[in-house]
Amino acid sequence: MSDAISLMTEAGSDGFAKVRQIGPLGMITLRAKAGTKGLRAAVKAATGCALPDQRQIITSGDCAAGWMSPDETLLILPHAGVAAALRRIDHDLKGQHHLAVDVSDARAVFRIEGPKADQVLRKLCPVDFDRLEPGELRRTRAAQVAAAFWKDDSGFSLMCFRSVAGYVGDLLHVSAQPGSEL
Amino acid sequence: MLLLICPYCGVAAEETELAPGGEAHLKRFGPGSSDAEFEAYLFARKNPKGVHFERWRHAYGCGKWFLAARCTATLEVFGTYPAQTSGPPDDIIDRIKARRPDWKGFA
Amino acid sequence: MSIRLTSGGRLIDRSAPIDFTFNGKHLRGFAGDTLASALLANGQMLVGRSFKYHRPRGIVASGAEEPNALVNLGQGARAEPNQRATTTELFDGLQARSQNHWPSLEFDVGVLNNYAARLLPGGFYYKTFIHPRAAWKHLFEPIIRQTAGLGAAPKDRDADRYEQVYAFCDLLVVGGGVAGLHAALVAARAGARVWLVEQSAHWGGRAPVDGDMIDALPAADWVNATVAELAGMANVTLRARTMAAGVYDHGYVLLDERLADHTPGDGRPRHRLWRMRAARIIAATGAIERPLSFAGNDVPGVMLASALRDYLVNWAVSPGQRTVVVTNNDDAYRTAIALHQAGQTVVAVIDARDQADGALPAQARALGIRVETGKAIARVKGGKHVTGVEVCRQTGDGTISRFLACNAVAMSGGWSPVVHLYSHCGGKLIWDEAGAMFRPDAAHPPITQDGSAMVIGAGAANGALREAIADADAQVRIALKAVGIKPKKSAVPRQDLPDEAALQPVWIMPQAAGVGLRAKVWLDYQNDVKVSDVQLAAREGYGSVEHAKRYTTLGMATDQGKISNINGLAVLAEALNEPVPQVGTTTFRPPYTPVPLGALAGEARGEIFQPLRKTPMDGWHAAQGATFEPVGLWRRPYCYPRPGETPRQAVAREVKNTRQALGLLDASTLGKIIVKGPDAGRFLDMLYTNVMSSLPVGRCRYGLMCNEQGFLSDDGVMARIDDDTWLCHTTSGGADRIHGWMEDWLQCEWWDWQVFTANVTEHYAQIAVVGPNARKLLERLGGMEVSQDALPFMAWADGSLAGFGCRVYRISFSGELSYEIAVPASQGAAFWQACHDAGASLGAMPYGTEALHVMRAEKGFIMIGDETDGTVTPQDLGLDWAVSKKKADFLGKRGQERSHLTSPDRWKLVGFETLDGSVIPEGAYVIAQGSNANGQRHVQGRVTSTYRSPTLGRGIAMGLLLRGPERMGEVVSFNTVDGSTVQARVVGPVFYDRDGEKQNV
Repeated sequence: MSDAISLMTEAGSDGFAKVRQIGPLGMITLRAKAGTKGLRAAVKAATGCALPDQRQIITSGDCAAGWMSPDETLLILPHAGVAAALRRIDHDLKGQHHLAVDVSDARAVFRIEGPKADQVLRKLCPVDFDRLEPGELRRTRAAQVAAAFWKDDSGFSLMCFRSVAGYVGDLLHVSAQPGSEL
Repeated sequence: MLLLICPYCGVAAEETELAPGGEAHLKRFGPGSSDAEFEAYLFARKNPKGVHFERWRHAYGCGKWFLAARCTATLEVFGTYPAQTSGPPDDIIDRIKARRPDWKGFA
Repeated sequence: MSIRLTSGGRLIDRSAPIDFTFNGKHLRGFAGDTLASALLANGQMLVGRSFKYHRPRGIVASGAEEPNALVNLGQGARAEPNQRATTTELFDGLQARSQNHWPSLEFDVGVLNNYAARLLPGGFYYKTFIHPRAAWKHLFEPIIRQTAGLGAAPKDRDADRYEQVYAFCDLLVVGGGVAGLHAALVAARAGARVWLVEQSAHWGGRAPVDGDMIDALPAADWVNATVAELAGMANVTLRARTMAAGVYDHGYVLLDERLADHTPGDGRPRHRLWRMRAARIIAATGAIERPLSFAGNDVPGVMLASALRDYLVNWAVSPGQRTVVVTNNDDAYRTAIALHQAGQTVVAVIDARDQADGALPAQARALGIRVETGKAIARVKGGKHVTGVEVCRQTGDGTISRFLACNAVAMSGGWSPVVHLYSHCGGKLIWDEAGAMFRPDAAHPPITQDGSAMVIGAGAANGALREAIADADAQVRIALKAVGIKPKKSAVPRQDLPDEAALQPVWIMPQAAGVGLRAKVWLDYQNDVKVSDVQLAAREGYGSVEHAKRYTTLGMATDQGKISNINGLAVLAEALNEPVPQVGTTTFRPPYTPVPLGALAGEARGEIFQPLRKTPMDGWHAAQGATFEPVGLWRRPYCYPRPGETPRQAVAREVKNTRQALGLLDASTLGKIIVKGPDAGRFLDMLYTNVMSSLPVGRCRYGLMCNEQGFLSDDGVMARIDDDTWLCHTTSGGADRIHGWMEDWLQCEWWDWQVFTANVTEHYAQIAVVGPNARKLLERLGGMEVSQDALPFMAWADGSLAGFGCRVYRISFSGELSYEIAVPASQGAAFWQACHDAGASLGAMPYGTEALHVMRAEKGFIMIGDETDGTVTPQDLGLDWAVSKKKADFLGKRGQERSHLTSPDRWKLVGFETLDGSVIPEGAYVIAQGSNANGQRHVQGRVTSTYRSPTLGRGIAMGLLLRGPERMGEVVSFNTVDGSTVQARVVGPVFYDRDGEKQNV
């Protein structure tokens, strides 16, 4: 029963880029000021990743660590591993001012793939994709809602809040319609 | 539509990614303050034609509040800086003075 | 009559005929035609009627500046009014209808206005329709609305889709003429990220039409070579059919790309709006020819000389086989020469100047074309088409010297640089005496965020009507330097141009035209503004150009006065006896040409018009046929009507069932914010009016938040999680706002306090299990102790229920025994179902937001947004118990000490019981004695929440009443919209279970 998981939307039809919802991914919001003792080790232990620099996302296998703000790191890991990771973080950062909290179910994640994947997002995000740095985690908006995305070899991962997953899924599909290539 | 650089994440964010927060560097007056002080804190706002300091939140980005110095008439931006300060930093002041020699300074 | 010539036409493909209709008539054109060129090719000179006098109107221009040739295009779901025939590319099956006439284009009743023109001077509306007062609303406005407007608004939903795209570049070059092409090339070769956009479907602008030579190549060849080089560069984006609509702050430009206007229904978006952010903008937007102001200059067949040349060269269309050219400059001679070369008759060139000795006049004379200098057109003869012109001396009053039979007139009053993009963000213009034109003042450009020029004019748009490429070369180098890019050294392409003599400004033709002529001289063709109207405006004191514009409607039509404004303000200047630059221009505002509303909406229509936030159980609610209501952007079930039930009956059932058995509420939208850190308690004590730092771990406390003015902002239940962690519940709509409020104070005021927050609202699904059977349900689900001893009222505990890991809060917003259970959102739907399954035999039913509201009102619980509106304090609502008197400070404390907030004369919360048991209308006021200066009744209070209570079987209400708590038992009157009143007794706000026994069992 307790492992019954409901996805908000099903994978959608293909346009000029392949759009599908993935997950759920395990996600932890880790708030701690830069330089907090044990922070680097805690991130490493939870994700296998180094502490990301400004706007950077570092991936390692199924895990990733992304820079969200000067005092916030997003940890991505398998959904089932979140509870253990939280215990480990609280142990590693014991006595240090920090906040680590499970936000896995607060998020929806989409994959946008194909050679023209960027075109789908150019219609939704006020972001200069030509100047995106490798391994950049970009927080912005997708049309009318908050979103964040990062790029890899096969496309983009875009995350938004779970409640608007339907809206964002529709946005992506509308933007990827055949005939709308830029 | 303004374009402001968030000093925390370095992104040149357009106005739709930001939330405005009004005048910067207000001093809070709480219990014990005089009626005049409290009135000024709540209601009195500068409305200059020219150099102005204001609060913006990178609402669709890192979520941090930052401060911007800009000209309300030409929309020229003299700089943006983190909000954890009670007055504009010296380099911003210097840049404004260079661009606006007749500016009376931050008060 | 206009005809298609048997040869020529650089843009048409005679092997590709295209069928279209105009007013139902089947006509044929060629691929490459515009609707305008195709209409002319079919002899259709008359294309519409003017707005006010319904005068016959023909095509006057060949591009975006066209004021006359507006048509209804398409039909049904693809109908679009006011489309310019001159910029509409012809496609197979195009359907166009002319506008603003009844019953037909050829015979139009509204033309009667024309004969009454003397009675309809400038400002006519303002003078005539003000008396008697009532007549405006009941007589004049309905008639004007009936007859006003050009095209017909589409009735069907738009079949097309639109999209928007964000784009960025170092240099945006607007205008694909030779200046723009060269500027783009210089920038591209320097490595800049360049965009070049052109509003028409063709590159090169006027140069290929005028037969210019560039670097010894025909202009068309040079254009092709340049476009080819640009197209091959990875750092260049070329977009034709893309109009720069407006320049905005910090290099933001809207570009409207017409993707499928000419290929309707091909599956592509009709328009695409590019939201461009350009570091610098080159406005190489060219220039627009001005008409000359002579009597009858609006008769079909009178055209701009450049337009006539365009039709001839581009589309092999001759608007008239016998043409008179009238001019004040040398450029118009190009038209005479082109006509002659195409085998058409040039009756004469009427040149207002005393001398015409330039290279072009000399060439015309050499071809045998008659040139008459110092002459003017006194009057054009003809009704629906030109039949001839009467010639007079330019310096005279219009005394006729001769009549020339002709069927077309090509006029040229000089050129006006297209300065719109330069002006949108405040770039200043200077008056160029030599060219009699406004051009960009490089000393006062519109500026961008670094304080330097944002838009730079180039070529004809910069006033360089002749050496456009050389000017563009200079300007693009300035632009590149400003963005830190070093252009390569290269030779400037040489334009071989014949010398041209100076233009002579001519604002009225002839100079001393009498009143009879001036009343037939059109300035604004679409809005029917004549020279005499502008002169009248000046006489009546509308000396400011902005006033004269609005008084006469000059330049206020859909073309925004592209060909009329400069002539109009020169006439105004003359009437005021002031120099033109002193009168100045009206404000240039975006868009340059109209942008479809669909393009501005982009993807935001239908299902994705705005975000819809759904809870994890949303699918279940929808499957149950719930009636939804919006709460912020959330959609929440309002109630769950059963077959045959009205929503009101459903709400009553849900309330009764919850009070008597078991109700289940999807409360997932409730805001949840974690606040943690060594200073978290201190921080929350500042944020809430009561003390939160003293809350024991494992317990809950209701709290209020105020703004600094002392007014209520939000409320909710706080839970202490551990020593340095609290969980704040906010209102459903308030989570993001309150999280932002917390971060504001932490980042900007108390940045040295050690507190972190996280908004975890979306991570949880939350279910309220409410009613006498609530505990039984939890016991059936099993997994944790939920007894009164283990989990008393206002406590919380972590545990599991039916195998779902959860946190259970023993809190109540209904007055019943109640638990709120939070589970991870991904398990929300499954847990919700489990509750219904296990609760079926306990009478479990879902209830919606309306039942929630009714039950909280029965209990006298306030609701943020109902009892509060930003002017209400906790003390107004009798919540003094939740405002700490001991704390030295909290947000709002100082505000609440203000004299008018501590006055006993506040409106304060009470309950109201109607004497007849009815429901007080929402928004009703408690009336008081007397009335104010406006005759409005004095009031002493208002209702804030009013419902029919199914529990009590009567209307109940809460509201604010002057000194309310002191007036228990008094009967007061509420007003209603029908003028009657409702009598109600003032009572306490708690209607149900006053001692709170039910929730604490």
